[in-house]
Amino acid sequence: MQKNRSYLSPGDYPRIYLYRRVVQAKLFIDAQYDQKIDLRDIADEAYFSKFHFTRLFKTIYNKTPHQYLISVRIERSKLLLAEGMPVSAACSTVGFESAASFSGLFKRITGIAPAEYSRQQVARKAEIKKTPLKYIPNCFAENKGRTKKSNIR
Amino acid sequence: MQLILKTKKMITKLNHVSIFVLNQDSAYEFYVNKLGFKVHTDAPMGPGMRWLTVCPPEQPDLEISLMSIDAGMMFTEESAKQMKDLVSKGTFGFGVFECNDLQATYEELKVKGVEFKKPPTKEFYGFEALLKDDSGNWFSLGQKK
Repeated sequence: MQKNRSYLSPGDYPRIYLYRRVVQAKLFIDAQYDQKIDLRDIADEAYFSKFHFTRLFKTIYNKTPHQYLISVRIERSKLLLAEGMPVSAACSTVGFESAASFSGLFKRITGIAPAEYSRQQVARKAEIKKTPLKYIPNCFAENKGRTKKSNIR
Repeated sequence: MQLILKTKKMITKLNHVSIFVLNQDSAYEFYVNKLGFKVHTDAPMGPGMRWLTVCPPEQPDLEISLMSIDAGMMFTEESAKQMKDLVSKGTFGFGVFECNDLQATYEELKVKGVEFKKPPTKEFYGFEALLKDDSGNWFSLGQKK
């Protein structure tokens, strides 16, 4: 097996250097998604032209930086909505300026309106709390001794 | 006239798999905040018991149960101690994760402090790295072909 294994060749290192810069840009978006992010600034930070940066980013993540930023904001908003945060507050908390465009994007990406998503998730959490055994495979519940003589249902 | 046979299939899919972890809070931090998995169910089950399952982002119907190794219902005191010892020694490899771009994923997880047993390496069967979770369980990480 060993003879078939090869670590990266010296020729790969410039490529890895580029990778690291794109990954840093992605991590910057992950951390600053709720701020006004100008993707030209990120490209400049990563020492790329905007065109080159966008192309490399899309090659790695299958999304343009802008599409990725939108997806991060929507994912974060889902967590907030599931906690019961009002739609308008979730919208501004994750960095969207317009509630209408947020709702439209949210529905297009998730297939459900944010208010309805929030209602469903809050109800699900309440049900898990009330009847946790509905969410646990029976074999595990039995192993945990929860199906008999238990107050938890 | 075409005859349509309706047959019930036997086993059709795997929907739950367990990973034994030393600490569920720490495992939550690792799988959710570092690997980016989604929490599926997080249900408190009374003192010292918590049903915690996570899913890979693109596989919402596979729940990975992060099972705490505690003496009680599943383990005796002795077997819990043995199991904890084996897990922390890195005895168990639990599976193969897949990503779109291995080099980028490796670079990101390294920044996040994930420990790798092996960096991305070209093997005869593909491009692969080996990562360890916070308990000591290890996984192969491959790239979608």
